[in-house]
Amino acid sequence: MMIKPHRGQPLWIAFLLHRISGLGLAIFLPFHFYLLGLALEQSETMDGLLRWSDYPLVKFAEFGLVFLLAVHMFGGLRLLALEFLPWNDRQKTLAAAAVALSFLLALGFLMRAV
Amino acid sequence: MLGFRIYLLQRISAMIMAPLVLLHLGVMIVVIQGGLDSAEILSRTRGSLFWGGTYGLFVLAVSVHAAIGIRVVMFEWMSFQGIKLNLVSWLVFAVLLMMGARAVYAVVA
Amino acid sequence: MQEPTDSLEISVWRGDATGGGHIIYQVPRQPSQTILDVVTWIQREQDPQLAYRFSCRVGMCGSCAMMVNGIPRWTCRTHVQKVVQDNQLTIEPLRNLPVIKDLVCDMSEFFTKWKAAGGQFMPRKTRQDPVEPLLPDSPKRAAANAAIECINCAICYAACDVVTWNPGYLGPAALNRAWSLLNDERDSGQQARLEAIASDAGCHNCHSHANCTTYCPNELNPSASIAGLKRLAARAVFTGNL
Repeated sequence: MMIKPHRGQPLWIAFLLHRISGLGLAIFLPFHFYLLGLALEQSETMDGLLRWSDYPLVKFAEFGLVFLLAVHMFGGLRLLALEFLPWNDRQKTLAAAAVALSFLLALGFLMRAV
Repeated sequence: MLGFRIYLLQRISAMIMAPLVLLHLGVMIVVIQGGLDSAEILSRTRGSLFWGGTYGLFVLAVSVHAAIGIRVVMFEWMSFQGIKLNLVSWLVFAVLLMMGARAVYAVVA
Repeated sequence: MQEPTDSLEISVWRGDATGGGHIIYQVPRQPSQTILDVVTWIQREQDPQLAYRFSCRVGMCGSCAMMVNGIPRWTCRTHVQKVVQDNQLTIEPLRNLPVIKDLVCDMSEFFTKWKAAGGQFMPRKTRQDPVEPLLPDSPKRAAANAAIECINCAICYAACDVVTWNPGYLGPAALNRAWSLLNDERDSGQQARLEAIASDAGCHNCHSHANCTTYCPNELNPSASIAGLKRLAARAVFTGNL
């Protein structure tokens, strides 16, 4: 099992979120690039695919992607600060703030998308 | 497996991307309203030196960053080592860079 | 307060390097009982062949660490009351280290890495020289002092998942020690130590899970020490010293 007792603490969970979001984004990127590449010769195909984004389920998936991107960035900023600035004892608070901020941002995106 | 210079490269690419991701998120939130269509995207990007340069840098940084990230995951969780690990890392970098460069060219040129 | 008639159900890992499994023991509950008391009672009253390690019993020597309900702890200063759930406990040898027998691990690689990270003090002066003044308030001395009270119990090493996933990694204790010495102005071995902590096994493998800091019984912060090492090594790369 992944979540063994010693892995139950908040900063380990923050690590897991950072790794899973990073992996998710890396898997998404080729599809993202492929779609934009279609603009070169097949803009009808591109528009066909973009119309998928009118479906509620796809909008929700986009909300997920925005959250992944935001949480990987804000979580990553926490790690950069941890590594390159003087030590700050409030790492758990900062990690929680990164998640909260990302959720709000993704929610803002969803509100405008629907 | 992870040399110190590779580690630094990943952190530097992260520092380059932080403002770019913020910009990207902002653009997404602004343009998503009313749905997406290619004409709307292209009217913004076609012939723009700013968007070409910004997205070009973004693609380069993300290719480096993702390749190193996946390299670490493959080493730690999938026991990839040595030549196999190097090969897959370079492959991820090359594929992302090529597809990304094509995407930037497609929306800017 | 617990009634002395209460009984604890203790699941102890028994075995050696070739394998093993859990055996259940019934142990009488005592007031102020520690995990080490429980293990000692089992060995004295039920099974003299049970192997475990301890020495000082007061949290100074660092030899009695074990996994208690899946979390590494110093057993001599962990009260049963604090960790028991439904009168049950699981006691296992430390993670990330090879087992010799039952609850006893082979600590060789832990100490080998301590040395590999440049953990030995290399004096610049001899006993003929006058004693070097150390300012306790200087930032470097404060950083060294913050990291210095390590008892080598290997709890951080057992808690660290980077060690689990990347067995060559030097680990939190060795790197914390290196950080302490890198801030020691009396030391002459800094360049070699810097090269050690920035080697492929070095500090930059750390993902800041902070398991080490969470479970260190002496409340040290190896996470912060390792972050300090990353800064030192990065600066050394950019100034051409690495």
